[in-house]
Amino acid sequence: MTTTTLAVLVPLLPFLGAIAGLLLGRTAPGFVRPLAVLPTLVSLGLAAVVAARQGGDGAVDAATELTPTGSVPVELALHIDGFAALTAVLVTLVAGCVQIYSTGYLRDDPRYPSYAALVSLFTSAMLLVVYSGDLMVLLVGWEVMGICSYFLVGHYWETPEARAASLKAFLVTKLGDVPFLIGLFALATEAGSFRVTRILGAVANGGIEHPTLIALLLLAGVAGKSAQFPLHTWLPDAMAGPTPVSALIHAATMVAAGVYFVARLLPLFEASQAAMVVLAVMAAVTMAGSALAALAQDDIKRVLAYSTIGQLGYMTGALAVADRGAAVFHLLSHGAFKALLFLAAGVIIHAAGTNSLAAMSRMGHLRDRVPDAYWTMTVALLALAAIPPFSGFFSKEAVLGVAEHVVTGHTEHAPAAAGWIVLLAGLVTALLTAAYAMRLWLLAFRGYGAEAPDHGRQPLTMTVVLWVLAVPSLALGGLAFRVLPDWFDGHDLTPTLTTSVLGTGVALVGGIVTYATWRHTTAHAVSRVPLGAVAAHPEGDAGLVEAEAIASHQAAYGDIASATDPSDPGRLLLGPLHRHAAAGFHLDAVYTALFVRPVRAGASLVRFLDREVVETYVRGAGALPRWLGAAVRRAQTGNLQTYVSALLAGTVVLAVAVVLVATGA
Amino acid sequence: MHLAYPAVLSALLFCTGLYGVLARRNAILVLMSVELMLNAVNLNLVAFDVWLSRAAEETLHSGQALALFTIAIAAAEIGIGLAIVLAVYRNRGTSDIDKLRDTAEGPGGDGPDGDVPGGDASATRTAAEKAEATA
Repeated sequence: MTTTTLAVLVPLLPFLGAIAGLLLGRTAPGFVRPLAVLPTLVSLGLAAVVAARQGGDGAVDAATELTPTGSVPVELALHIDGFAALTAVLVTLVAGCVQIYSTGYLRDDPRYPSYAALVSLFTSAMLLVVYSGDLMVLLVGWEVMGICSYFLVGHYWETPEARAASLKAFLVTKLGDVPFLIGLFALATEAGSFRVTRILGAVANGGIEHPTLIALLLLAGVAGKSAQFPLHTWLPDAMAGPTPVSALIHAATMVAAGVYFVARLLPLFEASQAAMVVLAVMAAVTMAGSALAALAQDDIKRVLAYSTIGQLGYMTGALAVADRGAAVFHLLSHGAFKALLFLAAGVIIHAAGTNSLAAMSRMGHLRDRVPDAYWTMTVALLALAAIPPFSGFFSKEAVLGVAEHVVTGHTEHAPAAAGWIVLLAGLVTALLTAAYAMRLWLLAFRGYGAEAPDHGRQPLTMTVVLWVLAVPSLALGGLAFRVLPDWFDGHDLTPTLTTSVLGTGVALVGGIVTYATWRHTTAHAVSRVPLGAVAAHPEGDAGLVEAEAIASHQAAYGDIASATDPSDPGRLLLGPLHRHAAAGFHLDAVYTALFVRPVRAGASLVRFLDREVVETYVRGAGALPRWLGAAVRRAQTGNLQTYVSALLAGTVVLAVAVVLVATGA
Repeated sequence: MHLAYPAVLSALLFCTGLYGVLARRNAILVLMSVELMLNAVNLNLVAFDVWLSRAAEETLHSGQALALFTIAIAAAEIGIGLAIVLAVYRNRGTSDIDKLRDTAEGPGGDGPDGDVPGGDASATRTAAEKAEATA
């Protein structure tokens, strides 16, 4: 088969799997698991073949026009360059792992068939975004992902947190999608085509007249999808969904779509210096703010969620200094280790019966209950903290190296201001990242107190995928940084000495300071302050345990994000900032004051106008007919003969009148 | 025969029927009065048809044809009317028109639910008695 046919099959197979899963879910439950897992795995194989055949050479382009669509044609187009080929491999790998993991994680869930079908549909939409060479077709995948994430985040819709989170995720991403759509139309109008290749050609020829406006409009959609400041607030709340969904949507695929989109159209963004600076500021604020917030979270998955936002900040930072190679490199390594972190967190939540780090720090021997999750999560956290030789080190140093490159003025693609912003924010975030990774590891695995509850052996499907993902988390960076430039733009991705020493140095400082703080706090507090709420069904499947943990967190600790735990090293490290960081720097409260309250006030005003003003006029207009009606109603005696008499009288009057008129009297 | 005789006769018949419709209490007698009025009209139709066809060169006798229609419709009408009266009598135990005032508007009510609920109960009781009597 040709490369094009194979590439078409890659998104098509999960789509067909999703349709079949939805149709057969009730009637043939035995087919649901194979239908969920197999198409994704076959897609993984096909995506690998496509990547091998493409091999980083010239992009594979294919297009067919189904029907004329008016002024600007919309075509079913493929555009597979090195970025697309490798990203598709990552997406299918993570999706395959998530599907296998879900068979164990949700093994007793009655809604598993629809869940698995939606995950397949989601995978297929992401692959469509990755491979599509036409922005309108890309938008289709983009929006399908939005609706799928709504359903999947709301999987535990019995809990109010999940319902609110799914609505919030949908509305916030749609808020970004409206300007995104307008930006796409403006771009297509100026370039005369929705095709990526033609748009890039128009950019190269200077055919785009308003690059700043278009780039900023597109950035709004990217910020919504990739959870960048100020539209990132949906992602931490979306942790109310099942853990495999978090791993799939909020680590490797949906949030990566925004970064990937900018990487595809980077020359367009480069055409506008203002857009690049805005991108840099957005990345810097997102990175530093989310790392601070991650240090204060109590829910293990919310720590990872804020960490995802921060790592996406690194990717947008790399894009802001005009190196998409570094951005996609970090996207790939981050996709692997963050999916691993989420899946391991799912195992830990199941074993501990709680999602609260404060409660875990009071359990002894939790790491002995889940040895697989302990070792793989250690690897992934080291990768997250960018300690050499784990994969995160290489990709993060690639980003920092490029920023340093721009600062020293070796490139004219990006403004030096953007370089400074990204470099400084990146170093601060590297410090904070190591700190919260260390805190997570210490609280989850180094707790002491009562023995952790025994939830039995973890299902094999859940532990095997952890080791599968541990391999790229450990080795991808080191093996790939020499090879990847051939696939990407050719920029060197080798770590430079300055940034490596700086980055690793601050990461080590962050880790050591956190460790010292932890020694200090635990020595005083743990024995004195008992804490802990553990799910009531140790024999239930992991999904049930997690749903109960999410539902009980607010009741047990007074807040969905933080717990009043004096032995938390993050509390001492952040000091007075802790309260604000735990609430995500009150951005939700600001949005409530800025948007929710005015809308509510407007709604009650409209309600008042409708009820009290408009209806008064209507009632007034109705009064006269009602009085007349009351008068006429008195004639309705119910006696037939009265009616007939009235009829006769009327007839006589009419007849007399006719006679009088006829005789002319 | 002069036209005046049938015309006067039909006028008398019509007035008798009208009086019956307006003044009689028994629903069956009201129906009979309606029949009288219809027959007065039939008489008129036939008489005028003959009077007009005498002057015309050729005629379709549409008056007589219309009279036949009226007779057929009157037969149908009396059948349905008597059936209704019978059904009402079985339900209510009376066929007195003055007492069938269900369509009257209540003093303040908007709907047709002006009658007292006790009336319904007694009506169903009577209906049950009637059903027993016919069984």
